[in-house]
Amino acid sequence: MTTTLALILRRMGAAVLTLLLVSLVVFTISSLLPGDAAQETLGQSATPEAVAALRAQLGLNEPAPLRYIHWLGGLVTGDPGRSMANDLPVRELIASRLPKSLLLAGLTAAVSVPLALAIGILSAMFRGSILDRALNVATLSMVAVPEFLVATIAVLVFAVKLRWLPSLTLVPEDATLGEMLRAYALPVMTLCFVIVAQMARMTRAAVIDQLSQPYVEMAVLKGVSPTRVALTHALPNAIGPIVNAVALSLSYLLGGAIIVETIFNYPGIASLMVDAVTSRDMPLLQACAMIFCSAYLLLVLIADVCAILANPRLRGQ
Amino acid sequence: MREPAALDVLSRRGLIGAAGGALVLPEVALAQPRRGGRIRVATLSSSVADTLDPAKGALSTDYVRHYMLYSGLTQFDGRLTPRLALAESIETRDRVLWRIRLRKGVQFHDGKTLTAADVVYSLMRHKNPLTGSKVKSVAEQIAEAKAVGTDEVLVRLVSPNADLPSILAISQFLIVKDGTTDFRTAVGTGPYRLKLFKPGVRTIVTRNPTYWKAGRPYLDEIELIGIPDEVSRVNALLSGDVQLINAVNPRSTKRIGASTRHAILETRAGLFTNLAVRQDRPPTGNPDFTLAMKHLMDRELIRRALFRGYATVANDQPIAPTHPYYLPGLPQRAYDPEKAKFLLKRAGLLNVRLPLYASPAAEGSVDMASILQEAASKIGLRLAVNRVPADGYWSTHWMKHPLTFGNTNPRPTADLMFSLFYKSDADWNESGWRNARFDQLLLAARAEADEAKRKQMYGDMQVLVHEKGGVAIPVFISNLDAYDRRLKGFGTIPIGGLMGYSFAEYVWLEG
Repeated sequence: MTTTLALILRRMGAAVLTLLLVSLVVFTISSLLPGDAAQETLGQSATPEAVAALRAQLGLNEPAPLRYIHWLGGLVTGDPGRSMANDLPVRELIASRLPKSLLLAGLTAAVSVPLALAIGILSAMFRGSILDRALNVATLSMVAVPEFLVATIAVLVFAVKLRWLPSLTLVPEDATLGEMLRAYALPVMTLCFVIVAQMARMTRAAVIDQLSQPYVEMAVLKGVSPTRVALTHALPNAIGPIVNAVALSLSYLLGGAIIVETIFNYPGIASLMVDAVTSRDMPLLQACAMIFCSAYLLLVLIADVCAILANPRLRGQ
Repeated sequence: MREPAALDVLSRRGLIGAAGGALVLPEVALAQPRRGGRIRVATLSSSVADTLDPAKGALSTDYVRHYMLYSGLTQFDGRLTPRLALAESIETRDRVLWRIRLRKGVQFHDGKTLTAADVVYSLMRHKNPLTGSKVKSVAEQIAEAKAVGTDEVLVRLVSPNADLPSILAISQFLIVKDGTTDFRTAVGTGPYRLKLFKPGVRTIVTRNPTYWKAGRPYLDEIELIGIPDEVSRVNALLSGDVQLINAVNPRSTKRIGASTRHAILETRAGLFTNLAVRQDRPPTGNPDFTLAMKHLMDRELIRRALFRGYATVANDQPIAPTHPYYLPGLPQRAYDPEKAKFLLKRAGLLNVRLPLYASPAAEGSVDMASILQEAASKIGLRLAVNRVPADGYWSTHWMKHPLTFGNTNPRPTADLMFSLFYKSDADWNESGWRNARFDQLLLAARAEADEAKRKQMYGDMQVLVHEKGGVAIPVFISNLDAYDRRLKGFGTIPIGGLMGYSFAEYVWLEG
């Protein structure tokens, strides 16, 4: 157990180091973007004197290394600065959007992970059968269709033609559970389309790999039922690759949800970041990038820990 | 002292008419407005840069929000004539010194009474660079504004400008409370009060029961959101999730037309996308080259193919036919490749190779560039189209290359349009065009008291820009809004879509 703990601590240390490097990269790359917040705020009406006044006000005249240190210092102490576009604290802006993104990601995960596991395990158990092939074709075509097409067609059918579901995901503060589910139905469905396939394929491959091992053959010879073989013998050993595939897919749900956020007008954190890019709102942009990176590292860390805990052989290493 | 005959008077009983009166819209006059109801409106943009500060308003969503929450001293009617709003009368003798008397008993949303101090503060804050006002350059014309008592303001301009009543009607000049610097909430005198404002998410406003126009507004609540994706915006309308949208693509008009529950409204306001031909450097500065580019614009094709007929052919000058100062009868410049070839040959420029910068930031410019490139290649002129992203276009490309596309929103007065884009020393003189005669006329027209003479001066300026200017303006692009047919009282004010952004106080829902 202590070795596991040490491993986790080591991984977290590496994650912090990665974050530091990422912060440097994010800061450098974002300052390479043409134009700055002063010019973008004024847009077409950016006269030289107006730009100069606004630049001074936003503190854009400081040299880059100094700005980086200020920003990093603020980040460590939990204050990522103020948005240049509207002068609100970045923390406040993110606090209003991040829970929404997490809710959408959570709902999607709650639907997609069980679905993907079921599809993967079923097609592994009945490898080569009609069911396996049908599921294969279905998942592959789901991942092959771009999500903006899925989303747009879904809106046309369910919102415009049938009028069963709303075309926008606008959830009032006092929404009932039913209203909430209706509002989230289309975006969650679209996102599931994108991520189920990958997880299902990975599950299938991992389970099939285990099913061809001698110990499974032994279990089958001893007369264990196929379901039991798959669920209690093969699956625990296949957990490692599966949780990694799940972590990768889920990491997509924060930043990659931008298309879904755009089409359903959902105020998540991905569209906040796109706004930040267009308005050259560096404090906001950098904070969003750091959040995405942290979320990704966290998911990968969780996946690794799960894989280790699920596999006694890895625990000892 | 005063000689009433010599005064330009905007008063309640004056020629201009009362602000509270009906708009020049037949529909409004006929139907009986109904109180109550809630609508959701989706515009094309919404981001964390959304603001409650009228001075910073930059996009249609901002203008709509500001007209809901604030009122101006004047406001436009359906013919772009400024009518009195918070001002009870506006008088001037020399168009330099203006006496503005305020309507009495107007209340801010927090109950405070409107006074001259609020007006002075609202006007003068634009001149402070830290305000970040979009109309700072316009406000520079105001030398001084001072309160005389509680309900009278004296405004002194730097030089005469007869257009002041029109300038005061634009959204950036809406009146805020004296001393306001924190715009996290909005306290105005407008038809609606702020209930919720989340930048980039939504704005919710509720009816202001103490609005200074008795009986108005009609709706109980309006929710304003932004849906940047046009297809999603149209879908939201068709599925009944929103009742009014703007910036409809001409391609979507068929889909909306097929719905019995929805309608489209075309506003011919004078928005245009233009080619700016830099006049301050060779080879584009050659007058023959400039004229050749104008003759290479296939205006009819652009109108038909790019905008599906929702555009009006323009004539290389920026004043639209809906504008009071439009000069009719200026001969239309035609698509004439032969003439262009002749001109280019005469200038010895037929064999130059020039880059042409277009971007989705300037609506339709990418397609216009292709059409122009095609036409040019037929006569042997090689134009290389550089399609650059919308992101950063205005700061990095626009006006910086010999041939770039610009995009200009309608301005309420001919003076603003010319002063901002065509005056020799204007910041956005896109083509770097210099014409002393034009500058003279512009200043003289501001001061001219005689309306007929003034109109003629603006006509002369249109001729100058048409003949000698450095921009090619192929068409005026119509603003297309689409709405739920149950929404009544919706019309056009040709300064932009959504009834010149001020639909909120006019519309009601059918029972």
